[in-house]
Amino acid sequence: MKARVFVTLKPSVFDPQGHTIVEALHSLGYGDVADVRQGKFFEIDLRVPTSAAAEKLAAEVADRVLANPVIESFRIELAPNGSQTTTHQGGRNA
Amino acid sequence: MTFAVVVFPGSNCDHDAYYAAKHVLGQEARFVWHKETSLGGADVVVLPGGFSHGDYLRTGAIARFSPIMHAVKEFAAAGGPVLGVCNGFQIMLECGLLPGAMLRNRDVKFHCEFVHVRVERTDTPFTTLCAQGQVLRLPIAHGEGNYYAPPDVAATLEAQGRVIFRYSTAAGEVTDAANPNGSLNSIAGICSERRNVVGLMPHPERACETAVGSGDGLVLFESAVKTLSRQGSLQAVAR
Repeated sequence: MKARVFVTLKPSVFDPQGHTIVEALHSLGYGDVADVRQGKFFEIDLRVPTSAAAEKLAAEVADRVLANPVIESFRIELAPNGSQTTTHQGGRNA
Repeated sequence: MTFAVVVFPGSNCDHDAYYAAKHVLGQEARFVWHKETSLGGADVVVLPGGFSHGDYLRTGAIARFSPIMHAVKEFAAAGGPVLGVCNGFQIMLECGLLPGAMLRNRDVKFHCEFVHVRVERTDTPFTTLCAQGQVLRLPIAHGEGNYYAPPDVAATLEAQGRVIFRYSTAAGEVTDAANPNGSLNSIAGICSERRNVVGLMPHPERACETAVGSGDGLVLFESAVKTLSRQGSLQAVAR
């Protein structure tokens, strides 16, 4: 079973990379791009039988290791056997 | 007095810290591999700079799970002096020894240069020999040194006098231009609530002899020696 974990800086936290990218886009003429926030994307293969177990394991890994709860929050999407996705919002103090 | 310098895979300032303690100050020093579980009776612990485990996920994110970190946390909880430099500071933030987190430098560039920091407090084991407001010239070398803490945490740090170093001009003025990475309130270093754990982004261990550009960092190590010898004599009196 695959899980996708999206880690992003919390809205209240300044994103230096996103800021640099939006300035670059403006200089390329994309003045209608109002803002960019950069994050991380993890695709994880999980050896667990149920989507409930997958969600639990992915959330634990994301909370403990993949994201720093001081500055980041995360979102999990499960893709059991193909295209169907479910969404889990997580992150301490998110 | 024995300094334990913890070595993670990717540490690269471990030898500088060892050299400062052993060869500049003439104290005992030993390396402690991150897989070890004991600090072996050390009096001071240094988490050195570098790129532990490559810092691929986040700076310090993997090092905090190293077996030695249990012993480091116990040592800190017992009041032992712990100094975290650069990546060592980042590891302290990741493992919760100190509050806050590091963001990318605000200009997204790696900064490798000498900066000035103002000593805000002398009541930590690593600043007792400093003068209040003293300006130190120390090198920095980091891409993620943009200190951040949520507003309530930052307010607590300021209220409790736990900001130990701030980026400043050579004259000791804290200005935005003198802040190399965008750190909140120009914070270069902080301490724990008990004040025995100190973390900072600049490298005092790389500035312990004028031959390498600055000897200003030595005072942190000298302070630790002085603090411990004073505590030792107090304990002797108590006995």
